[in-house]
Amino acid sequence: MSNFFNKSDLTRQDADKIVSETLKNCDDGELYLEESKSESILLDDNKIKSSNYSSDLGFGFRAISDEVVAYSYSNEISKDSLKSSSENLKSTLKSIKGTYNHEIPKSNKKFYKDINPIEQKTLDSKLEVLNKVNDFLRKKDGSVKQVTASFSGEQKSIEIIRSGGEFLTDVRPLIRFNVSVMLEKNGRKETGVYGIGGRQSYDDYLKNDNWKNVCEEAFRIASINLESKPAPAGEMKVVLGPGWPAILIHEAIGHGLEGDFNRKKTSAFHDLVGQRVASEGVTIVDDGTIDNRRGSLTIDDEGTPTERTVLIENGILKNFMQDRHNARLMNTRSTGSGRRQNYRHIVLPRMRNTMMLSGNHTQDEMIKSVDKGIFAVSFGGGQVDITSGKFVFNCTEAYEINNSRIGSPIKGATLIGDGPSILKEVSMVGNDMMLDPGIGTCGKAGQGVPVGVAQPSILIDKMTVGGTKL
Amino acid sequence: MVKDQEFLKSKASYCLDLAKKMGATDASVTVGHSISETVNFRNKSLEASDRSDGLALSIETYLGKKKSSISSSNLLEENIKTLIEKCFEITKITPEDEFNSLPDKNLLSKQISNLNLNDETRFENDKKINYLKDLEDSASAENQIVNTESSFTENKSNFILANSDGFCDGYKTSSFTASCVTVAKDENSMERDYEFSSKRHLSDIKQPADLGVKAAKQTIRKLSPNKIGSERINIIFDRRISKGMLSVFASAISASAIARGTSFLKDKIGQQVFSKLINVIDKPDIVKGMGSQNFDSEGVNSKTLQLVENGVLKNYLVDTYNGKKLNLKSNGRSGGTTNLYFENGNISYEDLVKKNSRSLYITETIGHGSNLVTGDYSVGATGFLVEDGEFKHPVNEITIAGNFKDMFKNIILANDLEFEYSANSPTMMIEGMTVAGK
Repeated sequence: MSNFFNKSDLTRQDADKIVSETLKNCDDGELYLEESKSESILLDDNKIKSSNYSSDLGFGFRAISDEVVAYSYSNEISKDSLKSSSENLKSTLKSIKGTYNHEIPKSNKKFYKDINPIEQKTLDSKLEVLNKVNDFLRKKDGSVKQVTASFSGEQKSIEIIRSGGEFLTDVRPLIRFNVSVMLEKNGRKETGVYGIGGRQSYDDYLKNDNWKNVCEEAFRIASINLESKPAPAGEMKVVLGPGWPAILIHEAIGHGLEGDFNRKKTSAFHDLVGQRVASEGVTIVDDGTIDNRRGSLTIDDEGTPTERTVLIENGILKNFMQDRHNARLMNTRSTGSGRRQNYRHIVLPRMRNTMMLSGNHTQDEMIKSVDKGIFAVSFGGGQVDITSGKFVFNCTEAYEINNSRIGSPIKGATLIGDGPSILKEVSMVGNDMMLDPGIGTCGKAGQGVPVGVAQPSILIDKMTVGGTKL
Repeated sequence: MVKDQEFLKSKASYCLDLAKKMGATDASVTVGHSISETVNFRNKSLEASDRSDGLALSIETYLGKKKSSISSSNLLEENIKTLIEKCFEITKITPEDEFNSLPDKNLLSKQISNLNLNDETRFENDKKINYLKDLEDSASAENQIVNTESSFTENKSNFILANSDGFCDGYKTSSFTASCVTVAKDENSMERDYEFSSKRHLSDIKQPADLGVKAAKQTIRKLSPNKIGSERINIIFDRRISKGMLSVFASAISASAIARGTSFLKDKIGQQVFSKLINVIDKPDIVKGMGSQNFDSEGVNSKTLQLVENGVLKNYLVDTYNGKKLNLKSNGRSGGTTNLYFENGNISYEDLVKKNSRSLYITETIGHGSNLVTGDYSVGATGFLVEDGEFKHPVNEITIAGNFKDMFKNIILANDLEFEYSANSPTMMIEGMTVAGK
């Protein structure tokens, strides 16, 4: 736990006083203090290319009156600095009116331990694993031409001070281990990437030489892509594998259900609560409470305990994801979805672990039902236009389906669809729900936050595949 | 006020002295300070204001050929000391890399020329508010516009880069950015589009009404789109998309991608990679240029580089480390390109649009579908169907795909280049790409 006051002329009493005085006539706001320590170690091109350690410390001070949010941050925690932020907020909110709502629900549950993953494994042993990865892959096959492997770890400590002296704290560990391999065969080059991670220590993820499985998976994806043919172009049936392909849900549905876009009525979903937006059998939740997952949070960045929010239940749109600001303006409650990249950024309603729950079909049934289509197993990034509802994502491992059989691997292609209608095209939901390996980062308004996704295999009856083969 | 040169220099030399004292053979440090103020508007009223004031420090320490780095936002001397100790501890156990070194002393920038990158004008938040009021009044004039969001950001920065070979320099820069996002709605669809203006000097920012009207117009014309069929078609890229081709090209010729062998343009120096009419230039010394710089992120002097001449690839973008691997001298491009542009083609915009009986005019792409290893390209797109030079109807929910190796050779450029951003391109046509739609 960080003590934000022991190296500063600012005492907790001063901070309480400035916060209470600044926010007394506001609708909401808080002082957010944050200290983070992070490292990244990269092996590339046969060498340890970089080892970087960062430390960051600062505060963000927010005051809200009606619809107006004033925000000021600084990386100097001192009495002067906080006072000057306070002045800045007051000058923005010229005519402050509002009733401060103190109430934040309380919970004792914690979804990860107060550890510092960086300190729990020596630098030497991290370097050793990276070198083993390099040797293992390069010895494995002559076609391996490039290996990149990395560790990144972080411990973030936060404290939220609200008007009246209430304070809430959280310590959040996060790690990621990643391997990328490039193969070259007969003049063709292809890459395969795989990673794992979450909110535990490095060794929790690397026990039993698990780094080898990560290498094997990256190598397997690259090998398959070496054999890939041009992808087809046009509308067809698409079977999605379980786990990480749920970024489709994240892009197509998730962003459109964030409170801010719906309050502003700029989301294609804003007037669809209570209506059917997905086929029967489709249930989607956003859950911040799964132990040690990348997208889990004990409390969100406004201090609200996270929860499992049902977004779509059996095809019917139930709820949006809310932070306090948007929830207040929409006369509802926060779902513990208020998040920020760090103290430099304002809070926005964001996803945590977004999951489609299992149905009762098998993947085999889905493949058998398809005459012509594709089977997509893994994806790179995705993106969505909230307003038009159109979303895309890129396949990194996919196959043709011809006459109910999985055929040749196909080259990376973009799939495009329409968020509000895509889930109505889901005709089978699998019984094999899987969580992703813990690698997702979601970008919104220039802020990146760690997220998770999960889904079973699903069959989509119609989607546009952006290949080159007509 | 941003911290002055003297303050940043004193922090930098404190770091260098300390690193040396601990036994580092070389060290390099960057200290920067930036103050940024943003006002956000939505539907003609104030929505948010945001002030940020940030110091940043990054240090690299060397022990012979061993190197590691740290960064921090906390400039208290006690913290700097702890961090440099930590950095040096890490350096000791990091393996040697024969290519690690500070840049060649002879290549370091010797003098700073005044590129007029700093405008001290203070644009008070009240003035930003007035600007945004005017902007949103004109953006929302048409009744199909149902939502407007706009923002104005003023940024003032200063930095010092210093290394243990005696380099110590830096300068102030400023930027002013106004942007507007509008949402339009009709019975069939809801669409969003945008317009922005970003300049070093306040007086060069576009008039608020011009931005607002343009954003609204661009949004309204996207309403009621149709999907088209899958076909082979000629694609015209609006300037805001064609400049993105330059970013892909720049990533593919970075010395790091070349040295690692992960670029589709590896070993292509001296070869025809674009059609013969194409020239690509990176020019760091444009007065008031958004990408202008006196030296790169290592202190190496950066001069104008002709990257592509008559379609032939002439230069990679070289930094010290990867340059050593490739046996090339740094050309001052650590940190990437500066002001990068395609030279004008020899056909007017009007003639380009009329060149084919049927083409697709792309105004926006989404997704991360550029593969720099293979050159494969596949992204979601929005635009207009053009027949006989006429914009027929808006198109969306389609993808466009091809391979950069072929696409680059088929580029035809109009002669409508303008220097607005740090990468600039005329309107571009690429014949024979694949569209996937219905």
